[in-house]
Amino acid sequence: MLLEMRNIRKTFPGVVALNQVNLQVQAGEIHAIVGENGAGKSTLMKVLSGVYPHGSYSGQILFDGQEREFAGIRDSEHLGIIIIHQELALVPLLSIAENIFLGNETARHGVIDWMAAHSRAQALLHKVGLRESPDTPVGQLGVGKQQLVEIAKALSRKVRLLILDEPTASLNENDSQALLDLLLELKAQGITCILISHKLNEISRVADAITVLRDGSTVQMLDCREGPVSEDRVIQAMVGREMSDRYPQRQPQVGDIVFEVRNWRAHHPQRSDREHLKGIDLNVRRGEIVGIAGLMGAGRTELAMSIFGRSWGQRISGEVRLHGQPIDVSTVEKAVSHGLAYVTEDRKGNGLVLNEDIQFNTSLANLPGVSFASVIDNGQEHRVAQDYREKLRIRCSGVDQKTLNLSGGNQQKVVLSKWLFTSPEVLILDEPTRGIDVGAKYEIYTLIAQLAAEGKCVIVISSEMPELLGITDRIYVMNEGRFVAEMPTAEASQERIMRAIVKAS
Amino acid sequence: MSQTTHPPASTLADGNPTAAVRHDKSLLHHLQHNLREYGMLITLVAIMGFFQYMTEGTLMQPLNLTNLVLQNSYIVIMALGMLLVIVAGHIDLSVGSVCGFIGALAAVLMVEYNWHFVPATLVCLLCGGLIGAIQGSFVAFSRIPSFIVTLAGMLVFKGLALALLAGQSVGPFPSAFQMLSSGFIPDLFSVEGLRLTSLLLGAAVAAALAVGGLRQRANRLRHGVQTEPAGLFVARTVVFGGLLVYFSYLLASYKGLPNVLIVMALLIVLFDFVTSRTTIGRRIYAMGGNEKAAKLSGIKTERLTLYAFINMGVLAALAGLVFAARLNTATPKAGLGFELDVIAACFIGGASASGGVGKVMGAVIGAFVMGVMNNGMSILGIGIDYQQVIKGVVLLAAVLVDVYNKNKA
Repeated sequence: MLLEMRNIRKTFPGVVALNQVNLQVQAGEIHAIVGENGAGKSTLMKVLSGVYPHGSYSGQILFDGQEREFAGIRDSEHLGIIIIHQELALVPLLSIAENIFLGNETARHGVIDWMAAHSRAQALLHKVGLRESPDTPVGQLGVGKQQLVEIAKALSRKVRLLILDEPTASLNENDSQALLDLLLELKAQGITCILISHKLNEISRVADAITVLRDGSTVQMLDCREGPVSEDRVIQAMVGREMSDRYPQRQPQVGDIVFEVRNWRAHHPQRSDREHLKGIDLNVRRGEIVGIAGLMGAGRTELAMSIFGRSWGQRISGEVRLHGQPIDVSTVEKAVSHGLAYVTEDRKGNGLVLNEDIQFNTSLANLPGVSFASVIDNGQEHRVAQDYREKLRIRCSGVDQKTLNLSGGNQQKVVLSKWLFTSPEVLILDEPTRGIDVGAKYEIYTLIAQLAAEGKCVIVISSEMPELLGITDRIYVMNEGRFVAEMPTAEASQERIMRAIVKAS
Repeated sequence: MSQTTHPPASTLADGNPTAAVRHDKSLLHHLQHNLREYGMLITLVAIMGFFQYMTEGTLMQPLNLTNLVLQNSYIVIMALGMLLVIVAGHIDLSVGSVCGFIGALAAVLMVEYNWHFVPATLVCLLCGGLIGAIQGSFVAFSRIPSFIVTLAGMLVFKGLALALLAGQSVGPFPSAFQMLSSGFIPDLFSVEGLRLTSLLLGAAVAAALAVGGLRQRANRLRHGVQTEPAGLFVARTVVFGGLLVYFSYLLASYKGLPNVLIVMALLIVLFDFVTSRTTIGRRIYAMGGNEKAAKLSGIKTERLTLYAFINMGVLAALAGLVFAARLNTATPKAGLGFELDVIAACFIGGASASGGVGKVMGAVIGAFVMGVMNNGMSILGIGIDYQQVIKGVVLLAAVLVDVYNKNKA
């Protein structure tokens, strides 16, 4: 046994991220960790690699049979535990060789021996099967090759346990296959590997064991050496939680189609050759709550933001209709004036002005609504903020409290207030309950149900499938820039959604 | 809605059981909330007191006080524009050079081409706006960092000023134009040794501010907005009004209120209003606080950035005119290093280098803190060398206090 993690428990203010997680990795195996978004995979790896230092969690980590207490990443790297994150940590302007030895330079008295570095880099590149000169700037390589550089970098540090977080998420089919082959090869050389992935077909190809995480705890460890493990069994383990009444009851009253998007296409903002949204058709009826399911990176946020005033992407084409009439949504201002509202998934980064108070943030998207001839009526503004504070039950010391000091749930309610005050007809809610506690979630669900009952169109983007199943009327399943399935919620199940995603990828 | 609800009733009405406790704490709470503003004012008063004592009363002599206003007017005027630029999340290093360039332009127009001062002034202000527009569009639309754009502007306009003046000093200006800086408001009464009009004007402004404050307070109470405790409000109004009347008395006992003080006061009131009460001011704060959130709220951030720079350009031009009128000549060295004083005034006044934070009154007080120190140290005969050192230390200390307070909160 190379690694054992026992009863790991990690909490963040108000949230238990990991609870009684156990992980056992044998030397020389490829161990897959699977679970839904938010199941705790990344948190667990951060505990293991020392990003969350000893003392910030409870439980034990045993490596080589000895208990370890990592104070930081350096400690874990020293033992040969190396993690390759989903967002690659390479410096694009530096060469391959410079990146490989960054922080670990071949140097004497601080003077780098470039000749030695070059030849060592060459050897490492050969090992990972990358035919590029070590002098090539990393920025000129594709994502697949960059991944190989990361692995070469790991190998340069005498890696014993290599952790890959969603390594194939942004790779095409060929690059993915090559990467998986490389992992098998490394395994033959005795390097142990932890693979975090959503792609079950890849996992069944290379994994010796699978640990399934759900809601921050270990559900199951499956051993693939005793015979193949079916994908169904893994999916069931991933999603199999009981559904109680965590969602408000509602009688949907669905009317005619109000909001429509036709053949929506958009390209990546930096790479105009990469089509990210590939012809999406979507419609929402009056009083309907429509869900968009999918994994991270499926393009859901990009879809919403590109529709909302072209806030994402370039070379955008397609048509948006409201009540059958095409509308111009080319700027946020126009989109808002047509009654669109987009509640961002990143409330701190894109939603709130954190060093300002609740009142400031509530009126921000509709300042004309609280002003006369461009002069803000403070009393009116205060009344509006107070109104939403009561309606949405925002817990705060007053509407003059800075939004920075609010809890996640209350911050989310402030963002919602901001958009409700624009009196929208179509609301797009992106991960409306991410990172907020169960009680606040219920309040948000109730509010969503209320909005639908008022005849508004609501689109909910969520990575939490039970949430979509609990509150929506209809679900689109999105994968890699396309809608791959559409189903009435009544006929949907987590297994069906997962299957649609897995089949498409 | 009950329009006459009293404050305690309205705090109870929101159902908060701790309302009573909160009421007791409100004085402390309010002071903590507004520590920064009171702190600034207290600092300014302390610095004035210190130099008043050290210079054995010279600082507050009517003549010196008048000089103090005249010497700092152009810094204050530019600080108003700079505050908006800094709140928007940018910086403008070119204002000193623009100031000098516009002074040179004014001299060329009025002295060499004998233009009347009204069209010449208008052309200068317009030219300032244009300079701001050009720099602003590079920042807003080409997305070049403002630091670089205005650093380039600093060199360009310093050079253009030199070229315009051909390396010579040009003057003197027509006397009507000089009145902008060296004139005083006319006196309607003839009281021996006292410009009564100036004193009355000062008193009237103090009264107007008190009435305005009272009305705003009443409005806030009516809407149930938390406001400062009554005692504090009265104390603040009385002290502030008293100081205002006292200073006008001092100025009135010399030559009265300088014209440029009136211009400055009007601009301060205007910019305080724009930043705190209008939608455009609000949007600039939102943009500086979180540009992405502002954009996603439908705010046109590019256009706002452009406006902030145009405004800065016009104010830099105005400052250039005031400065040229004061010296009564345009020199190639005019405006040298002004940008540093202006930026320092904003940061001493509590603006944040990362944008979104800062108040007009803070920048004005910051400018006067710098001004009083300059003036006081000059009277004391401290050399220009150590004056710089002390000013630098004060700037750093002011920001250090800010950062400390922020981390504690």
